[in-house]
Amino acid sequence: MSIKVIKPTAAFASLLPTEYLELVADGPYASPKTINDLGTFKEIIAEHPHCAGCGVALGVRLTVASLPAPADTLIVGTAGCSFFGLAQAALNYSCSAFGNQNAVASGLKRMLKIRYPDTDKDVVVLVGDGGIADIGLDLTLHSWFRREKIATIMVDNEVYGNTGGQESGMTQEGQVLNMAPKGKNFAKIPVFELARVSGCVYGARVTVASPKKIGRVVRKAILLAREVGPTYVQIYTPCPTNFKFPPQQTINIAKKAEEGYYSFQEFISDDAQAYWEKNFASSTM
Amino acid sequence: MIEQRVVAPEYLFNEAEREEQFITGSEAVREAIKRANVDMAISYPITPQSESMHLVGDIYAEGYIKEYFRGENEFAVMSSVAGAAMGGVRVFTATGGPGTLRAFEAFPTWAGARLPVVCAFMTRGINSPLSIQPDTLEMAYMLDTGIIMLHAENSQDLYDMILQAFMIAEKPDVHIPVGVFVDGFFITHTRDRVKIAPPDLKLPPYNPYSAPVPVMDMENPPIRQMRDPFVMKSNFISYAAHASWQQEILAAAERSRRHIAHYLGNLLEAENETAPVMIVASGTAVSQSREAIESARQEGLDVGLVKLKSLRPFPTEELKAMTANAKAVIVPEFNRVGWLAREVRAALEAKVKVVGGPRVFGGMTMPPDLILDEIRRCANE
Ligand SMILES: Cc1ncc(C[n+]2csc(CCOP(=O)(O)OP(=O)(O)O)c2C)c(N)n1
Ligand code: SF4
Repeated sequence: MSIKVIKPTAAFASLLPTEYLELVADGPYASPKTINDLGTFKEIIAEHPHCAGCGVALGVRLTVASLPAPADTLIVGTAGCSFFGLAQAALNYSCSAFGNQNAVASGLKRMLKIRYPDTDKDVVVLVGDGGIADIGLDLTLHSWFRREKIATIMVDNEVYGNTGGQESGMTQEGQVLNMAPKGKNFAKIPVFELARVSGCVYGARVTVASPKKIGRVVRKAILLAREVGPTYVQIYTPCPTNFKFPPQQTINIAKKAEEGYYSFQEFISDDAQAYWEKNFASSTM
Repeated sequence: MIEQRVVAPEYLFNEAEREEQFITGSEAVREAIKRANVDMAISYPITPQSESMHLVGDIYAEGYIKEYFRGENEFAVMSSVAGAAMGGVRVFTATGGPGTLRAFEAFPTWAGARLPVVCAFMTRGINSPLSIQPDTLEMAYMLDTGIIMLHAENSQDLYDMILQAFMIAEKPDVHIPVGVFVDGFFITHTRDRVKIAPPDLKLPPYNPYSAPVPVMDMENPPIRQMRDPFVMKSNFISYAAHASWQQEILAAAERSRRHIAHYLGNLLEAENETAPVMIVASGTAVSQSREAIESARQEGLDVGLVKLKSLRPFPTEELKAMTANAKAVIVPEFNRVGWLAREVRAALEAKVKVVGGPRVFGGMTMPPDLILDEIRRCANE
């Protein structure tokens, strides 16, 4: 998308909301912005109706601030708390049935390649843990097996937040939640490991306690998905409402997890590494 | 890509010289898609649909289609098809029976997103114990998904309706999906004479910017294909937004009537419509009815026939007119529940006696004698 598409005709500019004008004049469409610039530009998400202290909201905000080409990015989502934020974002966003995101993204990505063979149009899946690890696991894995050039990002709050705090496949073993009244009796589904063996050329596991890392890995995942193959980022995004901790504790909880079971991890295939070094080695990110 | 000449749809359908071939229904699908200027097709096997999508794969390999792949299941395929259509290309797929039900959640989302997808449904049994045999039960479930439904009587219809379906689906004032339904095996796996246009002609390409909703190609200001948080809330604005959008989808189907009439001649066809006994049928039940009518005429019985081509939208007014003189209407069907009889009864508002049946299912063929028995009963009442 050219910035021209959204630029208002001068005569009509005064009729438009300030929000819109700021986005055109000072948003990330005209000149690329990164997480390091947060606070100095008009963000794509200005406000959202998530709960106070929501880790998913923060994960979504940091992710969209890390897009290498927001004007040419299409986010595919699904039902879940992540769509609260994404539905407020000035981004192309598609959401149809629960769990079908990677299949929708496959069709979109392939068709964009047909229609715009010479332009980079990024298709990014951004959804919750239930959407990826449970109801959409087969569609996610198959998009990786087929080497669809999509970046898949999970905002993992370890629970079905949107429907009122039920156990998800990404919930930790032993955790008591709705529909797990005696505690979950199996381990977190190893989606990160599955990504590695299922065709992803790059993967990263991070938490919202490390925003700069999120900025780096999201950008890398999207740039590698453009040319090399599927990529996967898993972000721990704690949910104060369903885990019943005070909203100001979200970052602390993420930090503690990062020091323990949710440590930073990254993998990259040889092809992707070679491509990265050739094209982005000088990049500071 | 194979070089083909783009011609006006009316030329391809009505004027271009046609060659008669003796081919199966699956091959008729291939011939239609060859001329449909399809950008992308996605497949997943299910008997009796599989062969048609193999053949679509073959013409992809020959260079008639730009992209083709096998998805992992029908829900995924219908979701990928949706993605492709959102992005602004002409896309085709096919399924049937359990595949239709596995994908079911996708169909109302296609209609709601105003996607002009064309999908062929080769119907078969869906209940346990597992059966691959012909049965039109799945169509009962599809009636209220918001998609336009055409029902082919034979391979000629199948060939014509698939091509016409793209033109109807893509009209800016319609722009909702079209399902072309055909009775599995009876049509897909049997040979018939089909008149087809020359293979070097094709339909005009889809123009994504004719869509009444923005295309997801990032050449428009950013758009969302979902509910806004405000609209998700339980308040009056949200109810009003959802209600008006559902009405708009219904209205789009209503607006398709004149386009269906333009391309298919009409939503139904009638013969001898002044007769006191009328048979109303769709799909292959029409062919069996023709045989029964032939025998009835030899016995001196006066019977007419209505062939329904479009089930959604339903030709209520036309059906009323075509049965105005009838004292009885017979509705033969290839399913247990009699969904077509329900539709006909609702349309005729108890003004005419509607005989729901004969019905065969589970793979049986329909002996024309069963229909003849009903004709005799109705004629002698
Ligand atoms: C077919 C279907 N089943 C169930 C639901 C209900 N549903 C909506 S969101 C959701 C849970 C989402 O959980 P997750 O993906 O972990 O995201 P979160 O809300 O936690 O961010 C469920 C079960 C649905 N929308 N569709
Ligand atoms: S329920 Fe949890 S994940 Fe959902 S908005 Fe509230 S805090 Fe965020």
